[in-house]
Amino acid sequence: MTIANHAAPTQSGGTPVADPNDHDVVAIPLRRPWRIISAIAVLFILAAFISSVATNPNIDFGTVGTFIFDKRIVEGAWLTIVITGISMVISTVLAVIVAAMRLSSNPVLSSVSWFYVWAFRGTPLLVQIVLWGYLGLLYEKLTLGVPFTGIVFWQIGTNQLVTAFVAGLLALTLNQAAYSSEIVRAGMVSVDEGQREASYSLGMSPLYTFRRILLPQAMRVIIPPMGNELISMLKNTSLLSVIAVLELYTQASMISAQNLKQVELLIVVSAWYLFMTSVLSIPQYYLERRFGRGTSRSLPPTPFQRVKQAFVSRRIPGPEPTPETTPIGVQR
Amino acid sequence: MTITSPAQTAATGEALVQIKRVRKSFGAHQVLRDVSLDVPSGTVTVLLGPSGSGKSTLLRCINHLETIDGGRVIVDGELIGYRQAGHKIHEMTPKQIAQQRRSIGMVFQRFNLFPHLTALENITEAPIGISGKPKAASKARGLELLDRVGLADFSSHYPAQLSGGQQQRVAISRALAMDPKLMLFDEPTSALDPELVGDVLDVMRELANSGMTMIVVTHEIGFARGVADQVVFMDGGVVVEAGRPGDVFDNPQRQRTKNFLESVR
Repeated sequence: MTIANHAAPTQSGGTPVADPNDHDVVAIPLRRPWRIISAIAVLFILAAFISSVATNPNIDFGTVGTFIFDKRIVEGAWLTIVITGISMVISTVLAVIVAAMRLSSNPVLSSVSWFYVWAFRGTPLLVQIVLWGYLGLLYEKLTLGVPFTGIVFWQIGTNQLVTAFVAGLLALTLNQAAYSSEIVRAGMVSVDEGQREASYSLGMSPLYTFRRILLPQAMRVIIPPMGNELISMLKNTSLLSVIAVLELYTQASMISAQNLKQVELLIVVSAWYLFMTSVLSIPQYYLERRFGRGTSRSLPPTPFQRVKQAFVSRRIPGPEPTPETTPIGVQR
Repeated sequence: MTITSPAQTAATGEALVQIKRVRKSFGAHQVLRDVSLDVPSGTVTVLLGPSGSGKSTLLRCINHLETIDGGRVIVDGELIGYRQAGHKIHEMTPKQIAQQRRSIGMVFQRFNLFPHLTALENITEAPIGISGKPKAASKARGLELLDRVGLADFSSHYPAQLSGGQQQRVAISRALAMDPKLMLFDEPTSALDPELVGDVLDVMRELANSGMTMIVVTHEIGFARGVADQVVFMDGGVVVEAGRPGDVFDNPQRQRTKNFLESVR
């Protein structure tokens, strides 16, 4: 292998004779045979797997096609979205409160917050869901009144108020709030102490400082893990099948209990979950961009802007490429 | 320690800032020991001293970023951070303290601009959101302030897109936008590259000439000599020596002052 470190020095046209060391080093690219071998091996295994699935006589792809837009499946998917949406919004509000309590200088508030996170993060979500489902066994009636006095304003049977749907919402929301509060807390801690001082020195109240200065900066740190949590939450709704909430997975297992096409319906369900999680990553991109303002010197273009750019630049021809003045080739 | 100045608060004849026997400890370490200081309205006071001498802490006590353990801080006749009822002193609510801080501007060593807001938004955030001033007027005033510090073309830049010197000038504008009676500067040029220090000092000099009352913690002896009405040398939490810059710099009375000035030069 040779390294061509210079072209022939130009003598004419008044160009000064170049020092050979001034020129770029042009090297013969290193051969990487294992790249090709490993790629071929992986592609081969992948092809074998796909063919084994596609030609498997035990998978009836017709059934997958029939049920993918079945009314019950679509309703289940919609309920999954509704539960995810409500739980995520309420749990995020709760998380900000729990995080603020944890960061508070009041020892009672911060201990209670710590205990909450400890309890809800330390027990399995499945167990929590079942517990909420059995709330009616613990408390026959739910009462609104003054504790320890016997004064009652309003009373209702537990199972009337806390239906399977409500129990599922409660379980997912309270569990998620524990996780999210730690994310919010990490975001708050990441903001420089000087920001608070600068805000106070301008006469901002603690609440205003939190809302307008600290929280927007914390959002930059909070949003990426929260996107993760949102996707987790969407998938965790399938656990609600244990208390018979009619979400996507429950609907699918009810259908497969009748027609015994378990695998086909699992494929249907997986396709729906994949679709929904893919759609959810779009708003995350824009949120990250929104709250990333000021952190990098220039914002990356949105995918839409990128497409537009490519389109425009194709239509307007650029200037002629300047011919290379000193072509340097690889010597052989 | 007072110097006679014609610009003293006309109504009362009292200095704008009165610091009376202020004490402050961090744990067992006493940072301020009975510090007293008067700053008449319209004058510039420079606080000098080795690090750990308590000068920054004293500055932060003036707008109650630090609580004090004893003594009084009075700005424009108002007790800062506390309310006196008869012989008893009550702590103020955060809201009342915030109200007092609006008339005291502060500039920090590390600028502390809000990174998620543009230069102009940094300046207008407090006037619009806190003082409830109209948006258009606040923006116009913000642009005028940016122009005054030579940054008219940078109003829509984010702090990350500005040099340290530019950021500090935006920070000064931000404090001025609240129309403060008093400006506090905590080592405003210490975090800057040497060639950027001049621009910031020029802005401060111009501000001093416009009659702003300023208290400045700095190591810039040249600035102190040219602009200050009063130089205060602190060490070990006490005021060692104070007076006109010419007297303190050219004829220091205390050995500690002499040693410090020699080390800075």
